[in-house]
Amino acid sequence: MMRALLAITAREFGGYFATPLAFVFIIVFLLANGLATFYLGAYFSMGQADLTSFFMFHPWLYLFFLPAISMRLWAEERRNGSIELLLTLPVPLTAVVIGKYLAALAFSALALALTFPIWLTVNFLGDPDNGVILASYLGSLMLAGGYLAIGSCLSALTRNQVIAFVISVVACFLFTVSGAPLVLEIFDGWAPQALIETLATFSLLTHFRAITGGVIDARDIMFFASLIGVFLTATVIVVDMKKAEGA
Amino acid sequence: MIEVDHLVKKFGDFTAVADLSFRVERGQVMGFLGPNGAGKSTTMKMITGFLRPSSGTARIMGLDICDDMLAAQRHFGYLPEGAPAWPDMTPRAFLQFITRIRGLDKAAARAAEGRAIEMTELHGVLDQPIDTLSKGYRRRVGLAQAIVHDPDVLVMDEPTDGLDPNQKFQVRRAITDMAADKAIIISTHILEEVDAVCAAAMIIDRGQIVAEGTPSELAARSRYSGAVALTLETEKLSAAQAILAQIAHDSAEIVTRGDESTLHIFAQKGNEPGALLADLRARVGEAGLAPRALALETGRLDDVFGALTGKARPAPPIFSAEKETAS
Repeated sequence: MMRALLAITAREFGGYFATPLAFVFIIVFLLANGLATFYLGAYFSMGQADLTSFFMFHPWLYLFFLPAISMRLWAEERRNGSIELLLTLPVPLTAVVIGKYLAALAFSALALALTFPIWLTVNFLGDPDNGVILASYLGSLMLAGGYLAIGSCLSALTRNQVIAFVISVVACFLFTVSGAPLVLEIFDGWAPQALIETLATFSLLTHFRAITGGVIDARDIMFFASLIGVFLTATVIVVDMKKAEGA
Repeated sequence: MIEVDHLVKKFGDFTAVADLSFRVERGQVMGFLGPNGAGKSTTMKMITGFLRPSSGTARIMGLDICDDMLAAQRHFGYLPEGAPAWPDMTPRAFLQFITRIRGLDKAAARAAEGRAIEMTELHGVLDQPIDTLSKGYRRRVGLAQAIVHDPDVLVMDEPTDGLDPNQKFQVRRAITDMAADKAIIISTHILEEVDAVCAAAMIIDRGQIVAEGTPSELAARSRYSGAVALTLETEKLSAAQAILAQIAHDSAEIVTRGDESTLHIFAQKGNEPGALLADLRARVGEAGLAPRALALETGRLDDVFGALTGKARPAPPIFSAEKETAS
């Protein structure tokens, strides 16, 4: 099973680089990261030797970049019919789902890793806390993992990549802002406090900020791990349901 | 060995496959015939585990596709409708992916890939992305993928669709070559294909088997089976019709194609077609007509197909067909 899973991951990952799209994606992602950090984040004028202004934009960048990766995971297979080939090979559905997901995750990890010049820069300019930076990279990767898992599930629902993209952006957005004051204020005053707190705990943003703050709390890790687990399980269920429906 | 056991598939209110059962033994090539939308592909999708049956099941080498899917899937190769593949991959990478997934070790995989490439004659295109290949090559890539692990069972949905006549011939020969130690099921709507490769055939319509048997048994159900065909120059047609008027027969059909005409003459009910043939032969000889051909017909698959699947027999495109009922 492991071997088949890795074969699927390798095939899928290779698929990203079969067209120039992957390179375009990475370049645009890096540019957007740079722009956000230096202009919006006012990196230089902050005068601080850390990467806060770099990581703070990741949830918003990911919101648009990662659904662009995850949209093709299943929708494309369905559109070109290769899903029929894939699902009639002797591989457990779980392995197919995880294998494809890992390829998307590896691709976004690569894009994230290629932001290393900014880490070099901050080390050149000052004396940052590299532990916090490492934790932030980890948090960023887990955030990406969460978005991709959501996107994987929604991609399985449709054969249209554009639809997959749009609904993934919306879903990821909801998961991101559910803890933001703006949203919580809507509920404030009339909804029970317990509900508001529950809602806030579902926010990717809250957990991401906790990790990028430099504190790796097991609860935050668990949150991302279970979010990914839930959505990958949902992907398996959706793909399996489609087998019965025949859609 | 393939065993299909009361397979049913419903999409909402629509019944795509209605209680289908059949068996295909090792060494047998079963032709799955039917018009578009008859349920051929749906059946194959269920046999291979891509679609879950509404009820019933299929067994591959005794392994239930519903309860024991992975084990069953190891035993077959499947060419889905339209031969899908990943368009950005090259045939070489594609086959390597399949052998890896199927768990062949490196040496065995290279040998298996070589053999599949040999059989489907893919040498020239191994390193071109699949979406740049012609339809025929893409079909052969799909075929190579299905046979690469030398499976016990082969399920192929329209394996020769889109191929030119030479490629069709090659694919059919490849199927025939493999047939001895495999159970093979192919779907097609090309009737000559059934004659060419299948030991047994099944006609399905609206999800049900409407006829099954060997291709010749099926053809024998044609109304042309046992008719006498008399082919001669068109100018001699009136002389032939004059002879026809003298002998006892049920009806006749005349098909004219350029300077050649064929009379299909049907014996009266209860009468031996052989006697009709002998009678005709004697009279035609007497009249000195020198026909191009005069023989009993074995029946035609296309006629049976048309009659059973509720479609009118397609009018021959080039010839003017006229129908005549005599005596």
